[in-house]
Order: sequence, then structure tokens, then C-alpha cells
Amino acid sequence: MTDKILEIQGLVKDRGQTRVLHGVDLTVSAGERVALLGHNGAGKSTLIKTVLGLTKMGSGSVKIAGHKPGSGAARADTAFLPEAVSFHPALTGREQLTLFARLAGQKADIAGLLERVGLADALDRRIGTYSKGMRQRLGLAQVLLGKPKLALLDEPTSGLDPISRQDLYAIIDELAAAGCAVLIASHALTEVEARTDRIAIMRKGHLVADDTLAGLSAKAGLRTKMRVRATADAEALVQVTGGRRMNGASVEIEIDAAGKMEMLRKIAEMGGAVADVDITPPRLEDLYRFYAKEELH
Amino acid sequence: MRFLAIAQAEMRILARNRWLFMATLIMVLFALALTFAGSAPTGTLGVDMLTVSVTSMTTLSVYLAPLLALMMAFDAVAGDAERGSLGLLLSYPAGRGEILLGKFSAHLAALTIAMTIGFGTAGAIAAYMGGAGQESVLALLRLIGTSVLLGGVFLTLGYMVSSLAKSATAAAGMAAGLWLIFVVLYDLGLLGAVVMDSGGWFTETLFPWLMVANPADAFRLWNIASSESVALASGMVGAASALPSWAAPLSLAVWPLLGFAFARLAFRRVEP
Repeated sequence: MTDKILEIQGLVKDRGQTRVLHGVDLTVSAGERVALLGHNGAGKSTLIKTVLGLTKMGSGSVKIAGHKPGSGAARADTAFLPEAVSFHPALTGREQLTLFARLAGQKADIAGLLERVGLADALDRRIGTYSKGMRQRLGLAQVLLGKPKLALLDEPTSGLDPISRQDLYAIIDELAAAGCAVLIASHALTEVEARTDRIAIMRKGHLVADDTLAGLSAKAGLRTKMRVRATADAEALVQVTGGRRMNGASVEIEIDAAGKMEMLRKIAEMGGAVADVDITPPRLEDLYRFYAKEELH
Repeated sequence: MRFLAIAQAEMRILARNRWLFMATLIMVLFALALTFAGSAPTGTLGVDMLTVSVTSMTTLSVYLAPLLALMMAFDAVAGDAERGSLGLLLSYPAGRGEILLGKFSAHLAALTIAMTIGFGTAGAIAAYMGGAGQESVLALLRLIGTSVLLGGVFLTLGYMVSSLAKSATAAAGMAAGLWLIFVVLYDLGLLGAVVMDSGGWFTETLFPWLMVANPADAFRLWNIASSESVALASGMVGAASALPSWAAPLSLAVWPLLGFAFARLAFRRVEP
């Protein structure tokens, strides 16, 4: 398939005696947003560095739009936002971005780009005077230089306030809509939950999950939580649903996705005895906990 | 021309953090001080004041050119790596050789400016006060040119230690070590060997070549051997006459290339 921009197959990487990547397979297609999750030291950054060609791989294959990592063509196609991005403090935002544009061989609208990320006022101020969030925005501006086929974003929201985070994800959506394959390494589970098409979870150098949120939930078999509040008699609710009594008036029920509707019907049949029902499907946090703890085989 | 983009940014950084100004100021002050302090022996030796000034400044430059160059260069890779900006830079299509070449161009231009203004000012004052002949003007130009070359050698060596070091602080320490070895200890070692040998085969045959193999000594020899009056004023005729005239220029021409190759090799191994 031609629209697979990033193709990683059986990637193995050793650092000294320790194996840090164990046969990782991962693909990201054009226009797809994939979240890469994992603890510190799970191998996310090593994976990104390998794709950038900054560190040598052991065995396996990595292709960026068909090119070898680190080759001129691969670097021209790739945009990178490092974790806690940093620049030389003596240069201004405009100068730094102009340098990157010239290195990338792009004739870019620098002022327009900086305005796009909300740095129009700081254009000609030295980066040394920028806040962490502003540096992160500048880092994002250089991702937008040219038309990258692949964007690798390492903890892109670190140091950003909630509004800036929303802006950031709006820009990521734009990138993806323009056909860019986006890989986001992140700890911010709740953010990537809503903002990505697929979720890959790494653990100790293994890729332990790679699916959509729904797919992951189904595989994990995590149960949906329902909390039912009785008008008067919680004991009757316990009898009918087989749930667990939480306090005087509430009962908590854990149930498989398949049994959910059946349970809802039972509750509805109780009519006036039920005051309220809350349903919580398994969150990414539960899934993450599940996959990050799962035994390695 | 990607290296030009890097060179332009680096030049801006040198100007912004006052490095260019400081380097020039240091050169001007030292050159002026030496010119005035060294103005005494003019009459006795029968050479003009510019010649004496160039001689003193040659001695100065052996120490100062490598020092300034190393101070500019030690941070080049290690500093970027420590700040965390190296990884992003390396993800761009510019090759590592181009990045080094860009930094080298900017730093060499800064050294050229500092040397030209520093030695030029002192030379102009010496010439105005004590006269200058065609030969002494040539000696001054040679001094400026060779000082830049010598600085260039130590820029590349600075990039090498900057790539090898784990941090900018370690790079600074290694740069100081390099300076000490090339400028002070190497000569002391040779001197010791000559004293032990007391005029034997080593002193006659091997010593001049070992001396010219060190870029700092090659610089000294080139400036002294090329000008009879400078040699006269410095009293170093003996060592210079034992070598063919191309030896010192060849050493100074080869060292920057060698240094750049070493730096490139060391930089290739850097994982940001």
C-alpha cells in the first residue's frame, strides 16, 4: 500500500547489553493520527530517534515514505517536535524559523506560521525571553514548515496550558487532514483518547497493543461500570442486578459490553424504584493500566 | 547552500552574545600592549618598529589564537546537545558535515575580524610611530593570515572535543587540556629531549620535524623563517633554518583539514 508513510517491521535495538526495542511492528498511514503510549523508559523516545535516523537500529526495517531513516529524502519528509524543545536563546523566533526553513529548502511564510501558532507578538523577540509554552509553540511552528509526510511529536503538550493544548490538537488535526501521518508520543491519556485514530502502547521495549480505542476495549474485556441510585430501597436493586451496594441508596454494577443493554432493560423495568443511572465505559486510563501491566509473552 | 544558513545564524549568535566584540577587544588590547612594551630594542637591532611589534605579536598569537578558537568551539556540539537543540537540528536535511562547516565558517570569520582589527591597529600605530618597510608590512599580513589559520586548526580540534565530551563542562576541560598540550607541554617535552640529547642525532635531524608537526610551532617557524629581520629580532634563526621553507606552511595548511576530519568523525558518533 502506498499510503503507509511510516512502516516499522521487527525493529530491534540494543543499547550495550540491554535490549531496548524487541521486534516492534508499527505502521502509520497518511492522514492517520496514532498515539504512542508507555511509561518512561518503555522505548518511545528510542523508537522516535530510530525513525529519525539519530540512533542506529539493530535489526528489522524502518521506512519513511519508502526511504531509509536518516537519509536526505527521509529527513526532508519528516517533521519532528522533540520533548521539551529548545533553541538557541540568542536568536529571535523569526530568525530561528528562517534558519529551519532554509535548512529544509522551503520558502515559507514565517510571519504567517508564527501567527498560526499564536506567536505573532513575539516574532522579533529573543527566544531566551520566551516561556516554556511559547518555545513549544515555536517548536510546533517548525513542524508546520513545508508539507511533512510524517510528523513525530514527542510529548507535544508538555508545558502547555489547556487552551494551548486545544490549539495544538486543532493544528494536529489540520496536519492529518492535509494527509500527514502523525505519531504522538504522550502521557496525557485523556487528551489522546479523543484526538487520535489509533493507540499503540509500549512496555519495556515491546509493542503490547496497537488498535483503535474500541478495539482495545473489546480485547481487554474490561467491564463497563454502571451506578444506579434507588429512590427508596437499594436492597431491591441489589436483588435484581446482582450489583454491589455503595452506600445507602446506590448500587454499582460491573458488566461486559455485551450484557449492557440487557441490564439496562432490567433496570428500566423497575420503574419508579430507580432514581438515576450513570454509565462509565472503560476509559483509556483503565486500558492503559491493563496493557501496561499485562504479562509479556 | 545549507551551511551558509547555519553560518549566518552562528555569526548572529557570536555578535549577540558579545563574543565577536570581546575577541576583538582582547586582540586589540594585547597587541597594543605588546607593541608599546616591545618598542625598546628597535635601535640596537637596526630594524623598524613594526618588525619588533610583529615579533612580539607572533609570540602573543601562539597563545591567544588557539585559546580564542577553543573558547568559541568547545560549546559548538556539546552545548547544543546539552540544551537539547541538537536533535531537532539533526532531524533537518542538513548533513553533519554541513553543520560543522557552517559553524566553522562563522567562527573563522569572527577570528579573522578579531585578528585583522587587533593586529592591524597595533601594526598601524607601530608603523606611524617607528616606521615600516615593505618587508615588515608583509610580515604583518603574514602574521594575520597565519593567526587565522592557526585559529582554524584549534576551531576544528575544539569541535572534536565538543563531540567527544559528554557535557559542555567536560568539553571546556578537554579544550583547556588541548591548549596546554599543544601550546605549552609539547614544547617543554621537546626542550627536555634536546637538553638530554645535547646536540646529538635527535637534535640535528628529528627535532625540527617534530617541532613543525605541532601547528603552534609551525606557526612560529613560518612567521620567523619567512622574515630575516623578524628572525633576527626573535633570536630564533637556528631552529628555523634547519627545515625546508615549505615545511611550516604545509603543516599549517594540512592541520585544519586533518582537524576537520577528526571533528567530523567524532560528530558522526554523537547521539543527541
